[in-house]
Amino acid sequence: MTIDEIKIGGMGASRRRVEDNRFIRGRGNYVDDVVLPGMLHMEILRSPLAHARIRSIDASKAWEIPGVRLVLTGDMMATRNLAWMPTLSYDTQAVLATDKVRFQGQEVAAVIADDPYIAKDACEAIVVDYEPLPVIVNPMQAMADSAPLIRDDKENQPDNKVFDWEVGDREATERAFAEADVVSKLELHYPRSHPSPLEPCGSIADFDRSTGKLTVYMTTQAPHIIRAAVALVAELPEHMIRIISPDLGGGFGNKVPVYPGYVISILASILTERPVKWIEDKTGNLISTGFGRDVYLQGEMALRKDGRILGVRMHTISDHGAFFSDAQPSKFKIGLMHSAFACYDIPSAHLTATGMYTNKAPGGVAYRCSFRVTEAMFFQERMVQAAADDLGMDQAEFRRVNFVRDDDFPHRTAFGFLTDSGQYGKCLDVGLEAIGYEQFLKDQEEARKKGRLLGIGISTMTEPLGAGNSREYDILGIKMFDSAELRVHMTGKAILRTGAKTQGQGHETTWAQIVAHELGIPADDIVVEEGDTDTAPFGMGTYASRSTPVAGAAVAMVSRKIRAKARKIAAHLLEVSEEDVEWELGRFYVRSQPDRGVTIQDCSMAAYSNVPDGMEPGLENTAYYDPPNLTWPFACYIATVEVDPVTGVWDVLRMVAVDDCGVRINPMIVEGQIMGGLTEAYAMASMQFITFDADGNCVGSNYMDYLLPTAWETPGFELHEVVTPCPHHPIGAKGIGECATVGGPAAFVNAVMDAVKHLGVRNVDMPMLPDRVHQAVTTGSDVSGMPPVRTDAP
Amino acid sequence: MYPSRFNYESPSTIDEAIALLDAGRGEAKILAGGQSLVPMLKLRFAAPETLVDINNIPGLGYHHFDEGGALHIGALCRHEDIEKSTVIAEGQPTIAAAAPLVADPIVRTRGTFVGSVCHGDPQGDWAACMIALDGFIVAQGPNGRREIPVESFVTGPFQNVLAHNEIAIEAVVPAPRGEARGAYLKLERRVGDFATAAVAVALDMSGDMVLRAGIALTGVGGTTVNAAEAADSLTGSTLDADSVSRAAELAAAAAQPRSDHRGSASYKRHIVNTFTARALSGIASSNERAA
Repeated sequence: MTIDEIKIGGMGASRRRVEDNRFIRGRGNYVDDVVLPGMLHMEILRSPLAHARIRSIDASKAWEIPGVRLVLTGDMMATRNLAWMPTLSYDTQAVLATDKVRFQGQEVAAVIADDPYIAKDACEAIVVDYEPLPVIVNPMQAMADSAPLIRDDKENQPDNKVFDWEVGDREATERAFAEADVVSKLELHYPRSHPSPLEPCGSIADFDRSTGKLTVYMTTQAPHIIRAAVALVAELPEHMIRIISPDLGGGFGNKVPVYPGYVISILASILTERPVKWIEDKTGNLISTGFGRDVYLQGEMALRKDGRILGVRMHTISDHGAFFSDAQPSKFKIGLMHSAFACYDIPSAHLTATGMYTNKAPGGVAYRCSFRVTEAMFFQERMVQAAADDLGMDQAEFRRVNFVRDDDFPHRTAFGFLTDSGQYGKCLDVGLEAIGYEQFLKDQEEARKKGRLLGIGISTMTEPLGAGNSREYDILGIKMFDSAELRVHMTGKAILRTGAKTQGQGHETTWAQIVAHELGIPADDIVVEEGDTDTAPFGMGTYASRSTPVAGAAVAMVSRKIRAKARKIAAHLLEVSEEDVEWELGRFYVRSQPDRGVTIQDCSMAAYSNVPDGMEPGLENTAYYDPPNLTWPFACYIATVEVDPVTGVWDVLRMVAVDDCGVRINPMIVEGQIMGGLTEAYAMASMQFITFDADGNCVGSNYMDYLLPTAWETPGFELHEVVTPCPHHPIGAKGIGECATVGGPAAFVNAVMDAVKHLGVRNVDMPMLPDRVHQAVTTGSDVSGMPPVRTDAP
Repeated sequence: MYPSRFNYESPSTIDEAIALLDAGRGEAKILAGGQSLVPMLKLRFAAPETLVDINNIPGLGYHHFDEGGALHIGALCRHEDIEKSTVIAEGQPTIAAAAPLVADPIVRTRGTFVGSVCHGDPQGDWAACMIALDGFIVAQGPNGRREIPVESFVTGPFQNVLAHNEIAIEAVVPAPRGEARGAYLKLERRVGDFATAAVAVALDMSGDMVLRAGIALTGVGGTTVNAAEAADSLTGSTLDADSVSRAAELAAAAAQPRSDHRGSASYKRHIVNTFTARALSGIASSNERAA
């Protein structure tokens, strides 16, 4: 009898998320839910100033408060060589400040006490004498000759530059511009945003002197990388370090880096010989942990009259804050910015990038985008629209003319990436059909006659998701492969562990579906476990939409290893040679006698009770998967808007999303990912930015100033799909988690620009607050989002 | 959240609450809905010695129109009660228009009307409505009750004229002369955000004639702005186009906005102008439809 794959929760089943059973009952187990005997509580004192020399720190009053067990300052960390720590980008970051504070919110001291109230009271009792220094809040200020040196702690750092980097073919690109009929230019700012997971960061360090073992419960998306980092930074032997990442309340890239709070809690536990819990508050999370974006993008496009793109030049200036702590593949200083324009057939391209230190929080962790891809695709699609407008060409047609053709794969992009598949034209057509493109253009024209401003914005892109392969991608030299370990028990139930770490993506649900697809074991019979370095196989964690492309592939591969062994057992049970055994979902049978067969469950029982001579008992295995390439999902997002010309308020009329992420393991979860991504895209386009005043005060340090959209204002989304299986992934899947966040913002901005372009407006920087749109409409000129050098004081 | 330490008291009568405030000598605070106070405790901007929780005092959750047509709102009447009230939907259009725009649905289930007015936040929606409506607060202390017009009740950001041993026991909107008409228009970046700018309009009308007008502005000054000149310019008018645009310009002139991350000062002034005009035109055109 053939098994119905959907019924057993296999591939393509919109199986309900098994993890939600505990989440919706309030039975999740987050770091802050963990309570250990004798546990102390830690609070961090942060700098109120953005740039200041520390003259002295007087903690005597804090020590006097009953219940205070330990007060740590930078000088005390320094005696253990822990005042500074390495970042993920070969820079250093202060754990607790010793010499200067370099951004508002920087960690200055920590109090460890019997309860968090006491710890907070004691922080207020610490007196820090600061000598204020001139503050730099944007990279242009940082470049000025007169700019104060932020990183005077570093040798060979004469200025505020983090890096200069370039990629592409400068000369070929120059030739393209020399031959161009039209050169189109664009300059914009992608504002600083924040991943804002619902759960802030935190850790519980528990050092047991009797065993020498350090256990740390930690909000981390990459527990094994943390274990390696702790081994290197704290100089503890790796086998004596256990990192446990329990349930995570979202990550979005925010929980990839190592934060000072983790390191301080570890030292505090070693010194007090008690477990020490640190739970960051929301403001601490917003002002000190990894942000996203904050990049100035300028570029130009060499165009032929017939609409063909001949070449692209880009220059980016990125604001990295006080320490360069981007999560990035180490070879590429500005991440994968050069993945821009990958869906277009462009002969030449050249990118120069400059990174600068400023007196702002460090991070650039690439919020819900793999390594600066979000900025790349945003610039790409804004530039494409500007170029189409300059040529007087229809924006859909301009894209179609320049797309890489379906029969032109594998395709090497002008920046050197290898894309392996795509149906960009079809994807665009599905979107245009869904939105009713031709009709909208007519409606738009009619409406304009009545003074109403309608606009339509398109964003099409393909993006590299799923770092690595390990040849090209590593973090701190650690290669970017991933792993899965599958143990099938005697009765055919199983436990699967991977080196990834779910934080809302639903791994507990989807990984079981891959096993079900490969082995025919019902998904409900498989438990999935991640996040404990003592039990999970080594992996690089979950970010960059890499779990399905890498760990998910490992799940398929380990299942196939299990199936290969089960086949031998089946042959033994069926008393035929292995070559005569055929497989159908969940069952081996004799080729010549299809009704003679054994189930996978029969084989698992035999693995523990009746193995053939010479075979090891048991049915478990591990697979490490090093993908041959990135995966290249692609998408088309189309938004229509109406702009109120009097107030500048704009409303989304419709939003259509067409995504191709290859084979969908759980369509419901995929759709959830897309809707979440579109919501974040809408947020960045409409309301979100973390800005700073001239003194370096963070305007956006709480959720009244930094806005997350609610269900009230978030538009409805209409989802469609195209399916082009990934040619190299074992089950044809591609990454999806970040696509909509990456491609979505340009659709909204392009739509608003389309509504106002006849007034002479070419660009309004995000967030497109009504004020900015109103200014653009009334003046007929662009509106820059350059952070203010000085806001007027209250 | 880890606020500073405080004593918690939960009296069951108003007299008891007043006695606790009196004993607190200025270091005791009333806790009603807590939607402004609790965040301030969390941030340690407020660190009272004692919180006097009035939620267990019975009989303060009311709102009703008295026989003379005045609206009384008790100290524990929640924003949500007002939002869902049929008597307010029928009888007090300015407040009815503002109710669904106050904060977000979660805050509205807990926060109180009177508490919001007492909080004195220049971004508070209710203070603007009350000023436009010539409303007053009834305060009760050891020596009995007194009435304080909201116009003079709030003296600055987060400051009001209550004595340390007084409780704002109810808010009162006087009966309209003629028919009550009104509107509240608010621009916010997101539901639950403070207003970029908002305009409260309250008119007492006889037919299409304005007998009395009140206009007050949210979020465009150090305190709620009473655009009295704009309002007075409407008295006796029929909300014709000229009087509407004159009132809108006067309202914009009365605003004292400053530039911030919600928008520039000039933009906020423009919004006050636009919203005042839209609110008044909306009332005028519904008059025409009714006629």
